[in-house]
Amino acid sequence: MSPRPAGRTTAVPIPEVLRPHAEDQYAAELAALDAADDRQRPPAWRLSPWAVVTYVLGGTLPDGTVVTPKYVGARRLVEVAVATLATDRALLLLGSPGTAKTWLSEHLAAAVSGDSTLLVQGTAGTSEESVRYGWNYARLIAEGPSEQALVASPVMTAMREGRVARVEELTRMPAEVQDALITVLSEKTLPVPELGTEVQAMPGFTIIATANDRDKGVNDMSSALKRRFNTVVLPLPASEDAEVQIVTARVAQLGRALQLPAEPPALTEVRRVVQVFRELRSGVTADGRTALKVPSATLSTAEAISVLTNGMTLAAHFGDGAVSAADVAAGLVGAVVKDPVQDAVVWNEYLEAVVKERKDWRDLYRACRDLDVVVQ
Amino acid sequence: MTVSLLGIRHHGPGSARAVRAALRALEPDIVLVEGPPEADGLLKHLPGLVPPVALLAHSVDDPARAAFWPYAVFSPEWQAFVHSHEYAVPLRFCDLPAASTLAQEPTEPAEPAVRADPLGWLSRAAGHDDPERWWEDVVEHRLGGDPLELFAGIAEAMTALREQEPDPDPHDTAREAHMRTVLRATVKEGFSRIAVVCGAWHVPALAGRTTAAADAAVLQGLPKVKVATTWVPWTSRRLSYGTGYGAGVASPGWYAHLWGAPDAVAERWVSRAAALLRASDLPASPASAVETVRLAETLAAMRGRSLPGLSELDEALEAVLCEGSPAPLAVIREQLAVGLQLGNVPDTVPTVPLQADLERTCTRLRMKPTAGDRDLELDLRKEMDLARSQLLHRLLLLRLPWGTLRVSRSTGTFREAWTLRWVPELSVGLIEASRFGTTVPAATAAVVRDRAGSAVDLPSVTELVEAVVLADLPQALAAVTAALEQRSARTGDVGHLMAALPPLARVLRYGSVRRTDTDLVQGVVDSLLVRVVAGLPPACTSLDDDAAAALLRALEGAQEAVELIAAGNQVEAWRGALLAVADLHGAPGLLAGRCVRLLLDAHVLSGDDVGRRLSRALSVARAPADAVHWLEGLLRGSGVLLLRDGVLWALLDEWLTGLSAEHFEEVLPLLRRAFGDFPAPERRQMGERVRHGAPRGVAGPAAADWDAERVAVIVPVLAAVLGADRG
Repeated sequence: MSPRPAGRTTAVPIPEVLRPHAEDQYAAELAALDAADDRQRPPAWRLSPWAVVTYVLGGTLPDGTVVTPKYVGARRLVEVAVATLATDRALLLLGSPGTAKTWLSEHLAAAVSGDSTLLVQGTAGTSEESVRYGWNYARLIAEGPSEQALVASPVMTAMREGRVARVEELTRMPAEVQDALITVLSEKTLPVPELGTEVQAMPGFTIIATANDRDKGVNDMSSALKRRFNTVVLPLPASEDAEVQIVTARVAQLGRALQLPAEPPALTEVRRVVQVFRELRSGVTADGRTALKVPSATLSTAEAISVLTNGMTLAAHFGDGAVSAADVAAGLVGAVVKDPVQDAVVWNEYLEAVVKERKDWRDLYRACRDLDVVVQ
Repeated sequence: MTVSLLGIRHHGPGSARAVRAALRALEPDIVLVEGPPEADGLLKHLPGLVPPVALLAHSVDDPARAAFWPYAVFSPEWQAFVHSHEYAVPLRFCDLPAASTLAQEPTEPAEPAVRADPLGWLSRAAGHDDPERWWEDVVEHRLGGDPLELFAGIAEAMTALREQEPDPDPHDTAREAHMRTVLRATVKEGFSRIAVVCGAWHVPALAGRTTAAADAAVLQGLPKVKVATTWVPWTSRRLSYGTGYGAGVASPGWYAHLWGAPDAVAERWVSRAAALLRASDLPASPASAVETVRLAETLAAMRGRSLPGLSELDEALEAVLCEGSPAPLAVIREQLAVGLQLGNVPDTVPTVPLQADLERTCTRLRMKPTAGDRDLELDLRKEMDLARSQLLHRLLLLRLPWGTLRVSRSTGTFREAWTLRWVPELSVGLIEASRFGTTVPAATAAVVRDRAGSAVDLPSVTELVEAVVLADLPQALAAVTAALEQRSARTGDVGHLMAALPPLARVLRYGSVRRTDTDLVQGVVDSLLVRVVAGLPPACTSLDDDAAAALLRALEGAQEAVELIAAGNQVEAWRGALLAVADLHGAPGLLAGRCVRLLLDAHVLSGDDVGRRLSRALSVARAPADAVHWLEGLLRGSGVLLLRDGVLWALLDEWLTGLSAEHFEEVLPLLRRAFGDFPAPERRQMGERVRHGAPRGVAGPAAADWDAERVAVIVPVLAAVLGADRG
């Protein structure tokens, strides 16, 4: 057993936290998978690769346990991701904002090593200590450099215990901090020159990093580091039905969490928002007849979710409790028009050429026109 | 006497390998291959052929009625040809003659039947989702083993499958009856070891017992047409999905690799991909190549496959070597998985139908290919000359520049002057172009559709619209308008959008004469106008003089197009956009002035409105140069406006005389340019008006002390400046 308090998947009652960790929330599913899984497991893995894929994509086990899908998307992407981890390569999840990169990395870590908490958040201020190790200065001054004075980073802990470490928003870290990962990934060792020792990674250690490919060049990865990762690009949802499914499920969950008195929006309203997002994102109308300009905004699924929860809030506090076109319109315009000049052209063109022409979208057209985004 | 039935998968490298091994083991004294018997005589050309090539059979009277049988080096049929050539074994085609196949109306298969995809059924039975991968697993990756045993297994599986078939397809029944008839005839001729290479589906039918009389009854009374056959060069791309006459092989390059690689298939594939990326100046380290193979193997293991297939390698290449970026992956897919091979056919093979069609057309139009230059004047009002012009334009689109247009024609004129010169390269080009179609119009339309699909920007599509009209290709119009719609949505360049309007307007206006589908064009024009109206005002800021002049040209073209074809509310929207530009802060004077003029002409603005704007444009706050540009835009082409409207005249006069000496010098050349292109009589009238009208404050306070002599020196210069010297 590991020396860390690793009992996260045991039956200790979960305290009422705002958001439990994946391995706690889905402890029952993980246990059922563990029991049903008779395939070969890579060293130190909690589950076999097949079971990890099933955990992420959902399915029904032989004993009747239903595993909920955590990620809705192409099976091959998840398979490539899991196979990468199984070859002890590091995995880089790349994608636009709001394509479930963090979500997927958390669930992969939870399924592979039963622990999704070894997390380094990449920011402009992330220092090398959070990737390698730091010192407890009180002890350092009192006792000099010693094993006890060393403060291990999540990466170091993961190496020691053969677990998965997660690095969020890798490209937001300064380049020199990013490059500290190169030795870790290629040599699988982390030298501690102050103590004259090193920490060697145990089997099962790997890193899942996420990065955003929209705002590139923040701190672009060096090619030396890039080469140490297998990259999986997470796309925006492939079909309208898949996206509607994701949005409805998440809106309902969030509405409950925020304790909104409003009804969850009707499926038609969800479908309409998703359609607007998909059409503008792909640059073509759903019937494939009219091509459209694409706005500078990402228009991710996560934003569609927020447009609808926003609409629910408006409907609950200022409307009649049912989400209508007017409640959605403001959020919609705000999500699309990020650049006041270019995007306004795109939006007006879309309103006039597409929304106006659809008979049952008249309410949405009027609601958006009332907001009056005019090309100057 | 033995008959060996080798059931194959068309274009399967594993099948090809098995066929080659089986033929060497069997040592047959004759080989029968599924294919049109009319092509028997063409096999003598085999040594000169470089695959991929296709057998082409077409109706002599109607070359558009044609069928292709494409072969790559990894096609089992091709390997049978090679065997027959190397071992001097006679080879015959045994399928239903193309004469009968082409005589029938082409029909789409009604519903997906087992026969359409026997392997799909087998692979589903084996629990695999993808028949190609399943076949790869059980056949294509079978490097050793006894080929005859394999073919026996296939025959057994197909027999089991065909028992499920509810009712046989009549076309298949006829084909199989003919194959059996040929087989019987071959036996009768005294051949003792016969090998038959045919689609796996047909094996049970050939093995089954039917009487010669029953088969003769099936074949009796089939319609027939006169057929010619030849070889044509083919490309890897045409073997893949999605293009016309495709062979249905999604990744011919991968199959060629499976055929060519002796061992270490995955490693060789990844090395080739890495080399390709390096050749394209993209990073691809050997270390990454190693990791790619590892990932592909792990993926294969996870999916329970013995060896990584194309999908595993593809996914691994994407994740490791391409670092998730789509551009290098597209290079690999295009150049490696599909491949860039182009087949070759020697000169000795018979003429292609495209060539025959051109010759027929030339005879009809009384045009004769000549080596030297020959001039041709065409009067497009004459039917014959119009057809000639269309033919030459079509050939230009096929990149066969037989004629060169000396004076380019605008749609307004009806004369065209060409220089004709036939060079031998054109014959070669003709054969190359034959893969696009069998008649000149059909091939040209295919080329136009192809180019419309791959055009990168709007102007190149706009050019195609003109070409479609000039070459009279209504059948390609749908594809071109679709591409136009696509590109116009993507482009941010309003100038390009406006430039697309005039040719479309011409199609709409004259399209009805040519019976083109004007509804399609109308739809595109409508959406283009919406985009132009939305995008025009923002596009008119931050432009330098050249950009403004270019945009002005496009704007005037669009104005003409709008007047020609637009509906009432569209005209109104267009004028709204013009008004927005006219009053836009920061719009170049040239454009703003022109918009004011267009609106004045359309009676949207009154003389007073224009006066107010002119005075604003000429006010001190604006740079004099910009003011002159504004003026140039307003007056462009004609000064009648100034002569007619006393208020404008006075405003201009006031501004000009109020300029400081320095500013006057600065604007003088610009003014000269602005007034220079007015017709001479107008300039004379202006000059007269300047001379006889009350010149106010020309010389300021010093006016009283005119020195007549000195004035006499200046006046001719001034007259020259104002262009009034002949007055």
